[in-house]
Amino acid sequence: MAVVTQSPTENTVAKRTSHTNTFTRVSRYVVVRLMVLFATVVVGVYLTIMIANMGGFVDQIMKGEIRERVTQTIAANPSMRQADPAVRKKLIEDTIVKEEQRLGLDIPIAIRNFRYLSNALTLNLGRAMNMTSDSGSKQVRLILLERLPATLLLMGISQLFLFFSSIFLALNLSRRYGNFWDRLVVTLSPTSAVPPWFYGIFLILIFAALLKVLPFGGMVDSPPPSNPFDYSMNLLKHLTLPALSLVLSSFFLSIYNYRTFFLIYSSEDYVEMAKAKGLPSRDVERRYILRPTLPNIITNFALLIISLWTGATITETVFIWPGLGRTLYQAIGLYDIPIIVGSTIIYAYLLAMTVFLLDFIYALVDPRVKVGGR
Amino acid sequence: MKSLKNSFQNILYYPSAIVGIFVVFLLVFTAIYAMVKIPYNEAIRLWRGGEEVWYQNPKFAPPAWINFLSSKKYAESFAVRTSDGTMTKEVTLGAEGTSTMEASYTFDFASDYYPQEMILYLSSTYTEKQPFISAEWLTPDGRKIRIVNLALSQKQTYRFSQDQKLKTKLRTDDVIPALFSDPETGNLIRGKYQLLITGAAFEPDSDINVEFVFHGQVYGLAGTDHARRDLVVPLLWGAPVALAFGLIASLGTSVLTMVIAAVGTWYGGWVDELIQRITEINLVLPFLSILILIGTFYSRSIWVILGATILLSIFTGAIKAYRSIFVQVKESMYIEAARAYGASGSRIVFLYLIPRMIPLLIPGLVSSVPAFVFLEASLAVLGLGDPVLPTWGKIIENANSNGALYRGYYYWILEPAILLMITGLGFAMLGFALDRIFNPKLRDV
Repeated sequence: MAVVTQSPTENTVAKRTSHTNTFTRVSRYVVVRLMVLFATVVVGVYLTIMIANMGGFVDQIMKGEIRERVTQTIAANPSMRQADPAVRKKLIEDTIVKEEQRLGLDIPIAIRNFRYLSNALTLNLGRAMNMTSDSGSKQVRLILLERLPATLLLMGISQLFLFFSSIFLALNLSRRYGNFWDRLVVTLSPTSAVPPWFYGIFLILIFAALLKVLPFGGMVDSPPPSNPFDYSMNLLKHLTLPALSLVLSSFFLSIYNYRTFFLIYSSEDYVEMAKAKGLPSRDVERRYILRPTLPNIITNFALLIISLWTGATITETVFIWPGLGRTLYQAIGLYDIPIIVGSTIIYAYLLAMTVFLLDFIYALVDPRVKVGGR
Repeated sequence: MKSLKNSFQNILYYPSAIVGIFVVFLLVFTAIYAMVKIPYNEAIRLWRGGEEVWYQNPKFAPPAWINFLSSKKYAESFAVRTSDGTMTKEVTLGAEGTSTMEASYTFDFASDYYPQEMILYLSSTYTEKQPFISAEWLTPDGRKIRIVNLALSQKQTYRFSQDQKLKTKLRTDDVIPALFSDPETGNLIRGKYQLLITGAAFEPDSDINVEFVFHGQVYGLAGTDHARRDLVVPLLWGAPVALAFGLIASLGTSVLTMVIAAVGTWYGGWVDELIQRITEINLVLPFLSILILIGTFYSRSIWVILGATILLSIFTGAIKAYRSIFVQVKESMYIEAARAYGASGSRIVFLYLIPRMIPLLIPGLVSSVPAFVFLEASLAVLGLGDPVLPTWGKIIENANSNGALYRGYYYWILEPAILLMITGLGFAMLGFALDRIFNPKLRDV
């Protein structure tokens, strides 16, 4: 951050030099920043790949599983019963080799790690090892895309509601802090120490088990209603509890944080000045409180958008919601490295992109900030 | 230091802090009580024990205190035996080394429901001639029902509800309700029931022992789970595990974060750069996924998970926040004075920089405890809890995978959930109050 100061006497000279300076500064900044971010993504994803196969340990598990599965299928095949044991043994070995080749287990792990990395970085997500999409495809891209709408729906509705409602309520509270509602929010803010899935269990207990008004989990009834209106109502019914638990678990802390934040800014002298001038409180809020807090609010919003990608693993698991978080959890259980890596690389790219863009957005909304300035 | 002491005295002005402290003390007390009452090895044996340890308990039995909440009374489970005197036993010696014994147990049955099952565990010692017993059932209305006559082997189990002969005799398929009701009307009879067992042994050293197990609908203080385990054990032992995990993780994370931030800021240069880069890389790594990966592939031991949690939680946004404050503190006069008299780098970092931050450290530390306590529970709910240790999260996971909410075993989920909730809220309330005490800037607003 730096404050731009220019004396009027050297205005014309400064203008031209500062123009070229701005261009070189911004472009140098862009290049350096992108390189650093890319390196970060590479290292981060490589580490994930390393952990995802535990330095080759997972290979052992998978080879064992393949051997067992192949032996079982061939032993269970009635046409193989009469075959010569030697022939059968050869068939088993051949099938195992083929299966290992299909999954790439015959290539050393160190080479495979780099192959995963380069494929991941070029977003060539490849094929899943064990999981399939509901439409039967093994393409990681399709598996992830198939689950994306469910997560976007759940996370989108709950997080956007949370974001806007807490800013709105926080502004209201900061206007008259110390009153009953304000103190209530302060008192209730520790409730956010409890994670959403935990509220989920209580909500299931109350609304599904005791009152029997809402379903225990899932996304739609089975079979799903054919009529689009009924379908969306059914979806809404299933959405209520998981969304509510996601909102509930961060609601009060979120309001509390924004409220404190707004209060700090509303005690600034220029706000007092604006009030003394007799500006309506709406204008004071919009121009003198929200404006300087905008970079922060935008950062939160950007992080919210990326969080839509990761989903809420445990909440989705508790509610059997077929979203990305639950898919990732299932993929780990099935040792499906391509899906784990695919999910991570997209998150890493999204995060890096957001961090990169935020610098420019700060410069846009806050005239004091210069891109790449020190 | 004086201001630190004053700050702690201020705690008493915050009701939420008092509640928080109370909860924390209660937890510490429970943890100590659990460890003293049930030593570690015993707790593991009980928690990992199967049918041979828990055969006396019914499955899925709610705690006995639900009788206070419900208008209908449930039968409480119990087990009595002659070996420890809870069931009376009288032995009369006869001629030529023979003896007769009489064991009886009288109990008051005041429930509105029939018990689930009654079982006799019989054991005897003999060399050649098997002892012989017969069991009789005395009802409050004065009827006497002969249950069974048995020649005993060394160890024998007799289940009332499985006895075909008894079924024909009572002309019913359900023995237990028949034993507890009026044969004419079929109504349940409350009152004093007596189980009378008479035995005859035919050798001088021959001995008979009886254990009578009564499976009602409710059991003990906390109820039982699908493996007949008494939930008191994991509920008690959950406290030390949760406390240890939460406190070690939050202490390790906050202290290491602060030290690393201080070292980075003080020495600057490549050290600082390295720390910043690691932080950025760590932000890219999916935290929960990596913990799940470690849990699935490597080890589900709580200590491995704890170590991984701390490692992944050090290099987060907090390190940047501390860094920005340290950069300011670094320029202050007293640090310059220390430099001037030639204090070493480590002296400045550990004695001058870090102590300045303690007011920030303490609230942060306390507030982050619930997150770690719940992290352990979350991993357990995903099926990645420690395979050996009894924890609250494990109970919830067991309950969830056995469909406790669908099948109406609410106590099974509510008990650990409420304990987790109290723990989390206690630390969070204390943390919030400490934050407002130590950072008075927030107190005004």
